[in-house]
Amino acid sequence: MTERRLEIDAVSKRYGDVVALSDMTFDVRAGELFGFVGSNGAGKTTTMRIALGVLAADSGVVRWDSRPVTVDTRRRIGYMPEERGLYPRMKVGEQLEYLAELHGMSRSAARSSARRWAERLGVSGRLGDEVQKLSLGNQQRVQLAAALVHDPSILILDEPFSGLDPVAVDVMSDVLREKAAEGIPVVFSSHQLDLVQRLCDRVGIVRSGRMVACGPVAELRAGGTARLVVGAPDAPNGWAAGIPGVSVAEHRDGTTVLELAAGADDQAVLRAALATGPVHEFARRLPSLTELFRNVVSEHVGGHTGTEEARV
Amino acid sequence: MNISATRAVRLVARRELATRLRSKAFVISTLIMLVFIGGYIVLMNVIGSSSNHSTVGFTPATGSLAVSVKSTGKAVGEDITTRTVSEAAGRKQVSDGKLDALVVGGPGDFTVVVKKSLKSGLANTFNVLARQEALNTQIRSLGKDPADVNRAVASASVHVQPLQPAGEYQTQRLVLGIVAVVLLYMSLMINGQAVAQGVVEEKSSRVVELLLATVRPWQLMAGKVLGIAVVGLVQMIVFAAVGLGLGLATGVLSIPAALLTGTAVWTIVWYLIGFFMYAVMLAAAGALVSRQEDANSVVTPVLMLIIVPAVIGWSVIPANPDSQLGHVLSMIPLFSPMLMPMRIALGVAPAWEIALSVVLSVALVVGLVALAGRVYRNAVLRTGARVKLSDALRSA
Repeated sequence: MTERRLEIDAVSKRYGDVVALSDMTFDVRAGELFGFVGSNGAGKTTTMRIALGVLAADSGVVRWDSRPVTVDTRRRIGYMPEERGLYPRMKVGEQLEYLAELHGMSRSAARSSARRWAERLGVSGRLGDEVQKLSLGNQQRVQLAAALVHDPSILILDEPFSGLDPVAVDVMSDVLREKAAEGIPVVFSSHQLDLVQRLCDRVGIVRSGRMVACGPVAELRAGGTARLVVGAPDAPNGWAAGIPGVSVAEHRDGTTVLELAAGADDQAVLRAALATGPVHEFARRLPSLTELFRNVVSEHVGGHTGTEEARV
Repeated sequence: MNISATRAVRLVARRELATRLRSKAFVISTLIMLVFIGGYIVLMNVIGSSSNHSTVGFTPATGSLAVSVKSTGKAVGEDITTRTVSEAAGRKQVSDGKLDALVVGGPGDFTVVVKKSLKSGLANTFNVLARQEALNTQIRSLGKDPADVNRAVASASVHVQPLQPAGEYQTQRLVLGIVAVVLLYMSLMINGQAVAQGVVEEKSSRVVELLLATVRPWQLMAGKVLGIAVVGLVQMIVFAAVGLGLGLATGVLSIPAALLTGTAVWTIVWYLIGFFMYAVMLAAAGALVSRQEDANSVVTPVLMLIIVPAVIGWSVIPANPDSQLGHVLSMIPLFSPMLMPMRIALGVAPAWEIALSVVLSVALVVGLVALAGRVYRNAVLRTGARVKLSDALRSA
């Protein structure tokens, strides 16, 4: 199981004049949870569709275990499309069995697997009901069961957490961790960055069809702009203005958040703070994934920053 | 964990089959068509027996006419039962509708008593009989024996020399042909639209993306078309069996069983050819839209390709089954499925024409499969606005 990897290698895709992906490159190792984040329209779904062979890339290769992904490899991928899709008038059990069989399972294996996953995801009581009769949350659980029912060796999930209630989020998180622990590479995209930060071993941030940051969460956070949180209740506005390499990110209720450029002297900040009066808090804080994401996305000035990112 | 293409197609087809056979729409449409077939045969039976069959009463005085009325009736195609009654009782039975007519008076000068009017079959019978009597009287007055004259008349006939061998245009065969193509037409319409609807359903519910992650587009399309073809085939076989069975059992159909079976088999063959022809077009059309509401705009043009040939064909063939136009039209692929079964039922389709039309139609199906497969593949994942046919044909 050493170093089996799902590699997305220099994949590009255009729709007419619109560049959807340019040179998208990253890899996901077996047993790793990889979070795929980016604004709407950045190219996450396109990348996933290409990895699945649902879409053809203009150039570039998707490899699994050092070999280009083939039709047979694709049958072993568990997929959850962003646009949820199941036959509305088909019964839950039959639907899961059908999908399992389409992925190559025998009829009896499909049946027992459908039951097992329905049980695990808490929808076993609904096996005989039509999908359209289920609540949205239960439909989501069935959708996840559909991605898992054929016992896949790779998981690619597009927005698996969207529309889930907190309990279902926990179930989903557990299942993903469990699958990764079994040695399966798991890629999922999400706009819930706190969740990605908590869950993922590595993240990739994508912007305008390009991977702009990729690595372990801790590494990315450490590489970002360091921040200082200073709790000095008596400090007036602009108290830190004169210190070189320091800018104020936030100043509210006696707490100031400062951004330190590389080489800026935090001790100078502390001295300035003490000069204003008592200091109750003085802490270095790594940026959260959300802050990193904002930085990364706004750094590269692009045509489509703006309204779409308000949703992040 | 490998899955072959045939297995994928079979799985998709099996799902279509199971879903369709269990659907209310299928059960109801099949029942309606069966009721239509059964009703038609019962109706034909009723009309047939009432129009060609009548009961005529004779008084003791006119009783000697009974035999000649019966035989004359037979000659003009009327099956007559005779009965001897008293005049009073007979008149009552006529007004009660138990007798179609009562013959009163004497053998040479009789009167026919009816309720309101004499039905045409009986009118013919009595007119012929009356003329025959008048003729016999004249012959006798000329001193000859009417029996000799009648024999001489009966043996005379005109010699007809046909320039082309004519088919036997029996009404029954025409009816058989019409019923066959009407069923075929309805099956094509219903099951063809089911294909388009199924494709749109997969697109609108987005399940198609999940499916295409594991099966190729052509496998999905082929499975769907084959599955619904089997549904239609089952339907056609049931219709044929019930229709022919009832027809033969009630005696409405007096055509030889071999000819009936031949027509039924050919109708089913043409159903399959026609179904594949239209189903692949409808699958491709369905792939162009993402919502059921938009389906009509793409499906209607294809349905016109079923309707127009049917309407043109049906106005040409029954009127003149052996016409040149009928021969030519029934060879044109889009017309063949609707016209050939009718011409085969009428017995006016030479073997070479049947063979050629099958070859031409199958060739068209092959071409359509390639084109439709391309359109389907290119359009089926493009959700949102309707995909232009030209875009779907072009893009790789």
